[in-house]
Amino acid sequence: MRFMRIFSRNWLLIYASLYVFFLYAPVVLLPLFAFNASSIIAFPLTGFTTEWFSVLLETKALHRAVQNSLVVGLITAVISTILGTCAARAMIRFGFPFKRGIVGFIMLPLVLPEIIVAVALLVLLMQLGFPLSIWSVIGGHVLICVPFSVAILSSAFQGLDKNLEEASMDLGETGWGTFWRIIFPLILPGVISSLLITFTISLDEFIIAFFLTGTEVTLPVYIWSQLRFPAKLPSVMALGTILLAMSVLLLILGEWFRRRSAKRQGLDASSTRGFMQ
Amino acid sequence: MTEQSIIDIRGVHKSFGRVEALKGIDLTIREGEFFSLLGPSGCGKTTLLRMIAGFDEPTSGVVMIGGQSMAGIPANKRPTNMVFQSYAIFPHLSVSDNVGYGLAKKKMSRAEKAEEVNNALAMVDLEGYGERSAHELSGGQRQRVALARALVMKPRVVLLDEPLSALDKKLREQMQVELRALQQSVGITFILVTHDQEEALIMSDRIAVLFEGEIAQLDSPQRLYRQPINQRVASFIGVMNFLEATAEASSGGDLSLTIPALGSVSMHAAQVPEGTDVAAIAQIGMRPEMLTILFDETDKAACESTGEVVGTSYYGDMTYYSVKLSKAEQPVTVSMRNTAGRSIVPPGTAVRLGWGADSIVLFPS
Repeated sequence: MRFMRIFSRNWLLIYASLYVFFLYAPVVLLPLFAFNASSIIAFPLTGFTTEWFSVLLETKALHRAVQNSLVVGLITAVISTILGTCAARAMIRFGFPFKRGIVGFIMLPLVLPEIIVAVALLVLLMQLGFPLSIWSVIGGHVLICVPFSVAILSSAFQGLDKNLEEASMDLGETGWGTFWRIIFPLILPGVISSLLITFTISLDEFIIAFFLTGTEVTLPVYIWSQLRFPAKLPSVMALGTILLAMSVLLLILGEWFRRRSAKRQGLDASSTRGFMQ
Repeated sequence: MTEQSIIDIRGVHKSFGRVEALKGIDLTIREGEFFSLLGPSGCGKTTLLRMIAGFDEPTSGVVMIGGQSMAGIPANKRPTNMVFQSYAIFPHLSVSDNVGYGLAKKKMSRAEKAEEVNNALAMVDLEGYGERSAHELSGGQRQRVALARALVMKPRVVLLDEPLSALDKKLREQMQVELRALQQSVGITFILVTHDQEEALIMSDRIAVLFEGEIAQLDSPQRLYRQPINQRVASFIGVMNFLEATAEASSGGDLSLTIPALGSVSMHAAQVPEGTDVAAIAQIGMRPEMLTILFDETDKAACESTGEVVGTSYYGDMTYYSVKLSKAEQPVTVSMRNTAGRSIVPPGTAVRLGWGADSIVLFPS
């Protein structure tokens, strides 16, 4: 028995180590090759250079793609968070006919293969004669981001005591005033989580962006187009490194903000759910 | 207390789907009184309170405040303020921001508002707590903040939805006395919803007992306890012994009662409530404290019976005895004050019970 226990514990350790290795090894390789002097992505490393980063600074098309991605990401985040807030509130607070069906319909894009969404949208937009632009990408991204926003915000609304709204109304405040003075401050951590998550989803989304983009490509589409040229690979690595650093920074920022607001509300930060759920 | 009415409720019905929560409530609440809606959970008392506050609309009937119909007038336009069971303290605001929340809409200078907030905090003994955040407060303090937040609005009616139920017993008893004193000093009408009969008796000028969406009895605490209108009200408010009985009218309006378990007694005309249907009387009720165990040979009472102690419950200041009467199967409950030097009589002891006609409540079948 004892032997079995040690045996299984060792296997568990090996499994866990491999798991972490496969999860993070590619991430470690990214900065490693970004600073490697050789243009061939292979070991052994040949020397340190920041050349690939300077290449990035000089590539005009890349700047354009980054700008497009930021615009798409920001607008998508704002629109889907507003829609998500409305849907989550209706879902948690009110009962209405066909509620389950409607909620299911909103959450459907979560499980729908993106390629199907992308093709369907493309066909639809073509039929309507809607020109492809960053706005068609935003439309597609909002569609797939709203379910995430609803999921995050419904847990924020769930934690909201209904009596708080009633107390506010009872004290003479209007419905709109109650939203801004009571509801919004209390769901703010959820709103920020939703903004961060939807922004991130939009930023690295490829399939829909690839199908619906016109001449103005987003960053993932640009990166994909560069992968065809082996010489450009190191600068893609450099770009990846920058994106990695930025997402880690964003994550820390988001978590810091969430803990701060949880503390202000007198909650134990670790007991409430973060934006990573 | 003036006799002027502040709230008039006329023929109010409320249905939630197929469930009828209120079945025709007629009620007048007077200006400046401490009024309680008492009943078991699900009797409709909270629904009635929420209707006065404006969170629910009656299915039919009308709620009037100060002689004005409240139909279609939302909660934020009514001269009422509520203290919620959960207190509903805004967690992201400080104590003074909570208390001053409702003043934002009023035309007052910043200094005037601050003064109002401080006055309200002083009223509930929370001076100097203004800067604290809501989560630094204890349950009792939260309750006081909720009260101050309502009082600062200078409402005509303060509504209290089971405000003390979340507090521990000691604090609850203290708050009952304080709340009553506060109500009397500000002179505002308070309407309390509670399921705790003791709390209602301690605090109220008048109590309406609600069962299944109907008012069973509306009376002062003393009358409610002494003259419950039926067996259900009697057993909801405190403990009551019920015994089979028959009555016959005798000379001068007196009542001649025959109680098989205890004996016969004559009840004076003055003690018989007006409009009693003598022929219908089938049961009498006696409170445990109206029965006495005659411990000493020399103790005397107006009427006496014999029985045997079958059980005791010790409460510190009181002991509740379960006594099986010689002439009945069902035991009666007798409460005795534990005076100095008296020991508890153990079960199996034969005792004499003293009682009187003046403590009897008459019930029709």
